[in-house]
Amino acid sequence: MIVADLPESELARRLGGAGLRLRTGPLVTEIRSRLLEIADGVRLHYRDHPAEEPGGFADFHVRLVLPRGPRRWLRPQVLFQFDGAPPFYPLPAAQAFPVLEWGLNWCVSSHCHQYLVVHAAVVERSGRALILPAPPGSGKSTLCAGLVSRGWRLLSDELTLIDPGSGHLVPLPRPISLKNASIEVIRRFAPGAVLGPTVQDTLKGSVAHMKAPVESVRRASEFARPRWMVLPRYEAGTPARLQPLSKGRAFMHLAESSFNYSLHGRRGFETLAQAIEACDCYEFAYGNLEEAVELYDRLATST
Amino acid sequence: MTVPDTDIVSLALRDPRALPGWPLARWEALVRQARRANLLSRLAVLLDADGLLQSVPEAPRAHLDAARTVSQAQEEAVRREVAYVYQALAPTGAEIVLLKGAAYLFAGLPAARGRVFSDVDILVPGVALGQVEAALMLHGWATTHHDPYDQRYYRRWMHELPPMQHITRGTVLDVHHAILPTTARLKPDSAKLLAASRPLAGEPRLRVLAPADMVLHSATHLFFNEELGSGLRDLADLDSLLRHFGRQPGFWEQLAGRAREMDLTRPLYYALRYATRILRTPVPATALRAAEIGRPSPLLRRLMDVLYLRALRPDHPGAADRLTPLARHSLYVRAHWLRMPPVLLVYHLGVKAFRRESPGTA
Repeated sequence: MIVADLPESELARRLGGAGLRLRTGPLVTEIRSRLLEIADGVRLHYRDHPAEEPGGFADFHVRLVLPRGPRRWLRPQVLFQFDGAPPFYPLPAAQAFPVLEWGLNWCVSSHCHQYLVVHAAVVERSGRALILPAPPGSGKSTLCAGLVSRGWRLLSDELTLIDPGSGHLVPLPRPISLKNASIEVIRRFAPGAVLGPTVQDTLKGSVAHMKAPVESVRRASEFARPRWMVLPRYEAGTPARLQPLSKGRAFMHLAESSFNYSLHGRRGFETLAQAIEACDCYEFAYGNLEEAVELYDRLATST
Repeated sequence: MTVPDTDIVSLALRDPRALPGWPLARWEALVRQARRANLLSRLAVLLDADGLLQSVPEAPRAHLDAARTVSQAQEEAVRREVAYVYQALAPTGAEIVLLKGAAYLFAGLPAARGRVFSDVDILVPGVALGQVEAALMLHGWATTHHDPYDQRYYRRWMHELPPMQHITRGTVLDVHHAILPTTARLKPDSAKLLAASRPLAGEPRLRVLAPADMVLHSATHLFFNEELGSGLRDLADLDSLLRHFGRQPGFWEQLAGRAREMDLTRPLYYALRYATRILRTPVPATALRAAEIGRPSPLLRRLMDVLYLRALRPDHPGAADRLTPLARHSLYVRAHWLRMPPVLLVYHLGVKAFRRESPGTA
């Protein structure tokens, strides 16, 4: 059963009642909220994701509520609760869906230490994965959205999960978070992409989410192997160019981008070293998405 | 939503062998509550010791693995931190008694296995306090409470310095000179604790409390604590200490006597009462009888049962009933009552009430 199979009233009943048990990759999250923005956002972005029946195992229990008080009527806010306790301050209610997405990221990055969790986008072709770690503003999500609109499979836009035992990359396909100018760039680049409403004035500027392609969601249980690691950097007017990056520096970038590298000790070092060993590593500057995506197309077919 | 499994975590701690057969929905309730109680990694270690970890269904096992990864990293961090403290205090020549988690770890006790660690706690002689604080400051530890009232609160009335945080590592160190506030009703003598403390093998100047004192300190810490968010974890510490030391000759015979000597008969009574009731800790009948010297009046005992049997559950909606919020609040007030004389208490709560409290965090 996927979310799209639930009648609208049933989805609302679950979200407003016992919770919608949403599967994303290896994880099941029970989501509860009476907010319209959440019901709409879930129906749009998670329509192809499995909705689990009660009685199984949910990893996380989250809830989005409007805090009580006079603000509720003047300038309503939304509060994200993790199993009854709020890890963050409330934010304006109009940001409810982005808050859910940030909250779900937080659930993974602060609990899923069975994996080495790296703050990086990761996409795949023919079982070979391209890892894109980068700070905000580097054009990582734009590039990721561009690639998955042209034949790459989305594993994740934010959270690369590496299984320490096998070195596999575990998919966690969820919406891609686009910010500011990239929203328009992707609308033009991929007219077929499903984008949610643009939410203005968040901490990260304007935010719109792009739905994960259906193929990526259906293949969420297929692992991938690291093959390329690229540090992207958007620079207006720059031609797309890959420059080799030493494995040592690539390792340091990956370690610094990891949420829980320090927790894994020696095993963490070995896992990252193994991933880097399997990768061609580059720095990548680009000013045009079309050109960038073509370059990765050639990279995937030539090596 | 109400989950009927109010005692699910203590049940799991008592009988980990039954866990692999649990249905997934029950595992879900267990993971939620054990995570909140900081006991997931403890459960992982217990299951692993029985060779049962691989028989746990995959989804909950991932949470056990994750929690164990964290507690192992914390264990390493505590080992490093103690080494830094040891080094920093070398010039003072002061003997350092490790307390709580760090002590269990360095003494190689089973209570350390799978334990979630937060701060490092040490006990030093009161006369060395100034020297110790200065040496720590020279090595990068700085006081955390900058409010003059807080500084005075700690330095005049408490049994510890304001927590010290290392400026580069961010780690927190609690430096104690006693195990109860100067202002508390009970007056355990720190000199006796230090005198009975034991050196750690191969570590001159690094010590731990004697077994009976370690139990009494753990009990005092738990039953004087105003905040019982980790209450069940602390009770699990006590359970583990009692099971371990209980096998040493003479331990049970001297426990109650030592409690009397230290003015800690009441916390010992509660420790044995709730460890045996909640975690089925094996305690010989003679030791239970000897601990009766700390028994409260029947009425007070009934009240304490109502409060502690609730507050020692995980602080999670699934482990709460209608009386749980009241129980937690009452024990919060009680802990303050026991720490300070009434006039001082009114003053202290007054100051706290007029200050902005930090937001409702996790």
